[in-house]
Amino acid sequence: MKIRVEKRLEIPKYAGILVPVISVFAALLIMGVILLIFFIGRHGTLAAAFGKTVEAYQEMLSWPFTNRYGLASTFMRMVPLAFVALGLSFAYKMKIWNIGGEGQLYMGAMASTWGAIFLFKDITSPFLMILLLSICGAIAGALWALIPALMKAYAKTDEIVVTLMLNYVAIFWVDYLVYGPWKDPRGYGFPGTAPFPEQAKLPTFFDGEFHLGIFTAITLALILFYVYKKTSWGFNSRIVGDNASAARYSGISVRNYTIIALVVSGAIAGLGGATQMMGVQHRLQHGFSPGYGYTAIIVAWLGKLNPLAIVLVSFLFGGLLVGNDQLQMFYKLPMALISVFQGLVLFCLLGGEALFKYRLRIDREELLDNE
Amino acid sequence: MNDLPSFIISTLQATVRAGTPLLFAVLGTILTERSGVMNLGLEGIMLIGAIGGFVASYNTSSLLAAVLVAMLGGAILGLVHAFFTVTLKINQIVSGLAITMLGAGISGLWGRDYIGVIAKRFTPVRLPFLSELPYAGQIFFSHDFLVYVSYLVVPAMWFVIYKTKFGMTLRAVGESPDAADARGINVFAIRYVYTVIGASVTAIGGAYLSLAYNSMWIENMTAGRGWIAIALVLFATWDPLKALLGAYLFGGITALGLRLQAIGTHISPDFLKMLPYLLTIVVLFFTSTDNLKRKVGAPASLGTPYSREDRT
Repeated sequence: MKIRVEKRLEIPKYAGILVPVISVFAALLIMGVILLIFFIGRHGTLAAAFGKTVEAYQEMLSWPFTNRYGLASTFMRMVPLAFVALGLSFAYKMKIWNIGGEGQLYMGAMASTWGAIFLFKDITSPFLMILLLSICGAIAGALWALIPALMKAYAKTDEIVVTLMLNYVAIFWVDYLVYGPWKDPRGYGFPGTAPFPEQAKLPTFFDGEFHLGIFTAITLALILFYVYKKTSWGFNSRIVGDNASAARYSGISVRNYTIIALVVSGAIAGLGGATQMMGVQHRLQHGFSPGYGYTAIIVAWLGKLNPLAIVLVSFLFGGLLVGNDQLQMFYKLPMALISVFQGLVLFCLLGGEALFKYRLRIDREELLDNE
Repeated sequence: MNDLPSFIISTLQATVRAGTPLLFAVLGTILTERSGVMNLGLEGIMLIGAIGGFVASYNTSSLLAAVLVAMLGGAILGLVHAFFTVTLKINQIVSGLAITMLGAGISGLWGRDYIGVIAKRFTPVRLPFLSELPYAGQIFFSHDFLVYVSYLVVPAMWFVIYKTKFGMTLRAVGESPDAADARGINVFAIRYVYTVIGASVTAIGGAYLSLAYNSMWIENMTAGRGWIAIALVLFATWDPLKALLGAYLFGGITALGLRLQAIGTHISPDFLKMLPYLLTIVVLFFTSTDNLKRKVGAPASLGTPYSREDRT
């Protein structure tokens, strides 16, 4: 008998769901081991560390999903994640690696703040105000993504590092504004702008535990689902991503597709920034995002770029961010824990997909042939 | 600004200091990429180097141990990257992103209890005779030990890559893994070795931050230097000598920003802090494929996993 590893001719359908689910559990397990080692360093004995790890996991996984307040925070954190991840999926469909979601989110937030406290401050209709601020956010995100888009389309500049560098620039730009010209004169020196007027705040539901943003995110996901599955854009963008020269031969302008993919991607992230301002923050502040733009990369991947799955995964990751906050408060664990988890999930996901390309095959005749 | 020459000299001296972490990161990555493996995980590797070095220095008070631990930390992440990209052949870009997140996360966790503590650090050593030279003495030869190491690594790496059998094997694997394999070179082993060595050299850059440049541990203290280094590898066209130039160019812009802040200008410090990131974008634009017509010096197989089954 001989066991051979061979390439599968086709990857079974169930792998698409099985691998992400197993990846999340595997990543939780490995992170548990890392936490255990960390707690051994802090508490000395294995038994004490094990107890702490179990306790921390219970806190992290139960509070965000079962407790009423925890659940409200989970929904609140889910919204920006969903927006940015949906935006990223639009570019990733074409294998354009936009990792500038964070910067596009910041620019969207910045532009909606500009609208709310300066440009449209005399508009009293909440409907008109919210519409205008959303448009401001989307345009700012789109323009921020236009920079790498034009560079990629016209000079083939690699978008990965450019989009990432623009995150830093956007964050420093917002810092400049909130520490400088936009600082609230009545803010006691606190780095933030004046609060949004009432008509620029999103309507809330259930005692203010949800804001309208969650519904716009779900609507957006449905629209994108339709676009990806049923329109020629969805079909063509996949061709461009898989084989640019094939796309060119069939008359698709790769250049235009590249620009549109990045710009729409940025617009959605920017809309997310505006939504976050209008729904939760109600003022622009230094460091208002705990890295939503980076977590969204994992959300998009884990959701396999399917918009509906992305909404579900952003709920899960919203919860993990909330759980991480709890750990930070009660166990003095850093926010970085979420990065550990993200890295592990990504590896498990990719490793799982790679392994699924192969299968074990057991040959029984081999022995006879050899004799 | 009462004394322009001394301002220029001290800025140039700060340039070397600010450029050194980038230099180590770029040199390490040149080795890795020469073998055909793209590694975008520099940011995470540098952070592991920074915290690993700092913790070791804090606990042992030995700077040698600190650098070795930093290199070991980098090597482990390099090994993970090699396993996923060389053995499992997954997308090198995404593996690099995962390495970044893992490195940032583990360093943050590990460093949680080391914020605000003081560890043994590298202090400037004035080299005899050389530091007496006018201008150059202060700019280049009044630094700490790791800077002098970087001066030696640059020509040594150049020599190894272009003038030795090891370098030829490395370049062959990066340029044409098929041909290298046919010549009996173990492509997989070479890629593993250089991904691991490259990551450990990159990690020294991180250790430089926590042991010399900032002399403390700050979460995410690399602040994008890993990504800037990726752009610098393109700028350097995979040549260690040009890496020196690129690293000091960026060190210079960082140093100038800091110096201008220190003497007090009307420019907002936030704009000065943007400079290295903006410069990176400009560099990437001018080194992009269409502007150079072809990627000068890019290993032909960069980013492509090697698979014997798929040989043509």
